[in-house]
Amino acid sequence: MSNLLDAFHLTALPPEAEAFRAEVKDFLKESLPPATADIRARSWLGFDAAFSRRLAQRGWVGLTLPASYGGAGMDAFRRFVLVEELLAAGAPVAAHWVADRQSGPLILKYGSEAQKDFYLSRICAGTAFFCIGMSEPNAGSDLASVRTRVTRCEGGWRLNGRKIWTTNAHHCHYMIALVRSSGVPEDRQKGLSQFIVDLSLPGVNVRPIVDLTGDAHFSEVTFDDVFLADGTLVGNEGGGWEQVTAELAFERSGPERIYSSIVLIDCWAGHLRRHGASDADTVLLGSFATQLATLRSLSVAVTARLVRGESPIVEAALVKDIGTEFEQAIPALLEAAIAADPGQEVDAELYRTVAYLSQISPTFSLRGGTREVLRGMIARGLGLR
Amino acid sequence: MFTEAIEQILRDRVTPEAVRAIEKGAAPTAVWDALEEAGFLELLAPEAEGGAGLPLPALAPIFTAFGRYALPVPAAQSIAARALLRDAGVPVPAGMITLAGACRRTPDGVLRAPLVPFGMTSGHVLANVDGSLLLLDATQAQRVPTGVRGSLCGTLSWNSDAVPAALGGNGEEVRLFSAAIHAAAIAGALDRVFGMTLQYCNDRSQFGKSIGKFQAVQHQLSVMAQHVASAGIAAEMAFSDAGQVPARLPAAMAKARTSMAVPLVAAAAHALHGAIGVTEEYDLQLYTRRLHEWRAADGAETFWNRVVGEALLDRTQGSVADFARTTLCAVPA
Repeated sequence: MSNLLDAFHLTALPPEAEAFRAEVKDFLKESLPPATADIRARSWLGFDAAFSRRLAQRGWVGLTLPASYGGAGMDAFRRFVLVEELLAAGAPVAAHWVADRQSGPLILKYGSEAQKDFYLSRICAGTAFFCIGMSEPNAGSDLASVRTRVTRCEGGWRLNGRKIWTTNAHHCHYMIALVRSSGVPEDRQKGLSQFIVDLSLPGVNVRPIVDLTGDAHFSEVTFDDVFLADGTLVGNEGGGWEQVTAELAFERSGPERIYSSIVLIDCWAGHLRRHGASDADTVLLGSFATQLATLRSLSVAVTARLVRGESPIVEAALVKDIGTEFEQAIPALLEAAIAADPGQEVDAELYRTVAYLSQISPTFSLRGGTREVLRGMIARGLGLR
Repeated sequence: MFTEAIEQILRDRVTPEAVRAIEKGAAPTAVWDALEEAGFLELLAPEAEGGAGLPLPALAPIFTAFGRYALPVPAAQSIAARALLRDAGVPVPAGMITLAGACRRTPDGVLRAPLVPFGMTSGHVLANVDGSLLLLDATQAQRVPTGVRGSLCGTLSWNSDAVPAALGGNGEEVRLFSAAIHAAAIAGALDRVFGMTLQYCNDRSQFGKSIGKFQAVQHQLSVMAQHVASAGIAAEMAFSDAGQVPARLPAAMAKARTSMAVPLVAAAAHALHGAIGVTEEYDLQLYTRRLHEWRAADGAETFWNRVVGEALLDRTQGSVADFARTTLCAVPA
């Protein structure tokens, strides 16, 4: 990035994408399951298979996948509009989210024809839900140190090991797992491969992990001599590191890194409109809108580069980091704002929404790459030698 | 096209030496004349009248460049003033014109313009006086400098007999233009400061390696970059309107967002530079002093976030996401 300001230019969404927005808003008016703000604040951790299927029936799951595989063949701008409307409404999109955001694009980019035929149409139909098999108990930020391994056998591979922090594994059909297929752990990025693991196979055990809010949004998945047939290898054996890097780029470059707390802002704004806003509240609300406006513009700028066929990995990481800071700051600041007068009763729904986000917000800067790792990568991408 | 030509003049004429000299009281004639002779004060004038006929969005990179070079003359302000005066059907006076976005009349009829950018060196001030547009002769004013070293800013007062009639009721446009100009200037200076800091972190070695190799340094640079990028795009948003003047809410958002970035970026730049960064001799201070001045100019983040917050509270439907998308940005997005 030679001139920083040149990396992000104000971009208008094309008219077709803007026109699409009205369709999405109409769909949500009809199909968004009614839910209180604290439930909708779960955002893309909210699981509702029926909602995902309705969205799929509309043709809006796998929006950017080619029509020949059941997708809508639309561009990243269109997906941007869909995602921001779904997230702002707090729609329960968890079931199809990972498949739509990264598993489908990964299979499209690296998968065999047979894999594309089998999985992509099912992703687009909302009948195949995917989860991410990357982290392990001893391999989080240091992903190259994964120890889950496959060994060759007749007709395929034997999978042994475990993955953890796998969002929604207990609701998913498939996992794309990063595993060691040759060599030793000291080889690090060399000798890694990705496999599509059918989670219903014998030897797979999924244990949901309850989080501090009481939800079980993630799981530990253990593999005990699971047989993976030959056709489950994605891309090249040993190409796992390159592939997972591409997958992470898909994961990081969408607009969802700024919208996790929007439902809370709207809940609070409604509260202020009904009960009156102090000057401090007004200024704070304004600061949220100000920051959201620039974050969104940065995110559209990144999307524009994706549409141009570029790979804006550093830019996406930059937006993710400042976006997640914003998402985390909102419950932190509102926790103070709603407690400004201890004698004043706080609306129960608002209180629960603040509490939920305060508790879960640490995950915003952990998932998809921790802040500390991303900042080093951003700095190097900016030209630090 | 214009941006490159203007940057050429800035590179050649607006050197750190030239900036220092003008801060010390040297006449800014060479810099001003270079911009004027190249026609760069008439960017907004219609082509039929010999101007460039630029739309508002084309101003953003130019005004940002002015900030990047710490341009010590009110070129941006004069470009805006000339356009507003032309719209009012008023002949444009020669020389440097600046903008005063928030003037007040005292009970005894004195007109006061606080902290006018280039208030100490400008010939005229185009002013917003409670919504009225006035063109004031700065040579008729009492000029009080801020007393801050190197600042060309001043508080100006005119006795009631030196205050002319209003030219129109669009004084608020002066405030919006001035705020948007400062937003762009801040974005440019932030970009400069970031670039200098990145360079320094690559060049400076301690403990046997460049300081940029240390994680703590990388993290601070990373955070700086995020705020610089946010400020840059905010400045573009301020000038994204299809009209002649920056639209109110995008300008408000941009002045708020760029002002919010100043304390963090300026502090991080100085932290990473160490002691050399606070010397007069090193150029970093040419930009960070201006960042602080420009943050306070026309209202800092509290003032403009209040404007945004009030507008959001006035809406009865739609999400904050809809508001941010449709109202804080004039680009149809």
